[in-house]
Amino acid sequence: MQYEPVIGLEVHAQLKTETKIFCGCSTKFGAPPNANTCPVCTGMPGVLPVLNKKAVTFAIKSAIATNCTIARESRFDRKNYFYPDLPKGYQISQYAYPIAEHGHLSIEIEEGLEKIIGITRIHMEEDAGKLIHEPRRDRSMVDLNRTGVPLVEIVSEPDIRSPAEAAAYLKKLHAILRYIDVCDGNMEQGSFRCDANISLRPLGEEKFGTRTELKNLNSFKHVEKAIQYEIQRQAYILDEGKNVIQETRLWDPAKNITKSMRGKEDAHDYRYFPDPDLVPLIVDDEWINSVKADMPELPDEKKMRFIKEYALTDYDAAVLTSSRELADYFEETAKKISDKKLAANWIMGPVMGLVKSEGNAIETLPVSSASLGELLQLLENNTINANGAKIVFEKLVNSDQSPASLVKDMGLEQVSDQSELEGVVDEILEANPAELNSYREGKTKLFSFFMGQIMKKTKGKADPKIITELLKKKL
Amino acid sequence: MKISRKDVEYIAHLARLEVDDLLVDKFADQISNILEYIDKLKDADVSGAELMSGAAFQNNVMREDIVKVSPGPDVTLSDAPERDEDFYVVPRVVG
Ligand SMILES: [Zn+2]
Repeated sequence: MQYEPVIGLEVHAQLKTETKIFCGCSTKFGAPPNANTCPVCTGMPGVLPVLNKKAVTFAIKSAIATNCTIARESRFDRKNYFYPDLPKGYQISQYAYPIAEHGHLSIEIEEGLEKIIGITRIHMEEDAGKLIHEPRRDRSMVDLNRTGVPLVEIVSEPDIRSPAEAAAYLKKLHAILRYIDVCDGNMEQGSFRCDANISLRPLGEEKFGTRTELKNLNSFKHVEKAIQYEIQRQAYILDEGKNVIQETRLWDPAKNITKSMRGKEDAHDYRYFPDPDLVPLIVDDEWINSVKADMPELPDEKKMRFIKEYALTDYDAAVLTSSRELADYFEETAKKISDKKLAANWIMGPVMGLVKSEGNAIETLPVSSASLGELLQLLENNTINANGAKIVFEKLVNSDQSPASLVKDMGLEQVSDQSELEGVVDEILEANPAELNSYREGKTKLFSFFMGQIMKKTKGKADPKIITELLKKKL
Repeated sequence: MKISRKDVEYIAHLARLEVDDLLVDKFADQISNILEYIDKLKDADVSGAELMSGAAFQNNVMREDIVKVSPGPDVTLSDAPERDEDFYVVPRVVG
């Protein structure tokens, strides 16, 4: 049978505060075990949690960026369960009254075609600690540094219909949270985590099928693959006339399968109740407006502006605004030259190639936007040709010299002198009489042969426009 | 009776409490009494009383995002039943 997948995503994003959500312990990643812990975040008796104002501001910012309605009053509840990474025996979260609801964001499902994905709610909560399992010993080690680190959980509506849409939604949300600078987005370190709820229903059917929840999706690729696998698994079960079991499943990236997490299932009864230690959170217009005033340009706005301001294609603008750092790099580069498309091509080509090969982030790339801009300036004003620019670019990776001084040192200045080039052209024509004859008898493909010879003779420095003209004249 | 034996056993399980079988009926009885007593509040005449939004008398108690030196493992782990250097040690959990 033909099925339609129904997918909803829950994203946990770690907020970029200096301190935890309810105590002054540092949130820095990689500290020695249990170094960032205190009686509050380890749940000792008699302590009181006090809410971190910055975490609330970041949650408000996330809500505005995802078009949510912010609740004037929200509250904190206790979610009760037992696990060694949760020292209090409950997680402080927002259950009945979350800070924001009813948002949406738009994703591009094919070029030029947008789809709106609803966001059910955003709530604030604290993270749990970390368990390290010793496979050879019958014990686990507990590190509570992450306990109490502020998170927002962003829950989507079940509006997603394919693995590709799920990936597009996640990438968009990831970009937005990084644009507004509330989350570093590091998926390996767990600052941006995703769970997926998936069910299938016969095509055309209104009612949802039984869903499973997928965990451990810690890269965009894993999300796509895991959902793909789960769709096939459920379709197979349904085709057999059997029922999908509602359960939590873990993605195993080594085997490319999802596995049932039996055993952790039994207590999905968290007995939520209001946390009596925490007072209601009131967010007034003044607070919301001050966050709004501080809001940077978001990916969609930036993309539209790039299309208008720099005359870029929809595709180029989408690529260049995929991260704030890349967009900044482009703008810094482009402001030095008048041909903006040239900057776009260079960044989407050699620069992004370099990012990939060096495993670098754009902001730590050895070739800065300033020096790329300078290089493209030299190309645009004909000091060097495209070939020379490529050579200089490669040199820039391992050099502190400026593009101009590299051009000088390597003698790459373009030869545009008419009479000098005329001499070279004559020389090449004289040296290749057979080819010259063939060309004149109609083998016009040999034009590029002559071009190549001239370039070789001038060590690639000839102005291609001028020699094209000269050749056309002389042939 | 508002609370059955089964309820008591389930709540005890959720709270990871061991309850002596002989005491289950007694607890069922006691918890039922408490809930019945709470129900009495419904009979109270509250006409004319002003509605209160919650038990709290203040809102927005917050702190600035400034790091305080954490006491760290010396304090946190001082009562740990078992530790290995600065880690707590617990029986193996399947993760
Ligand atoms: Zn703490």
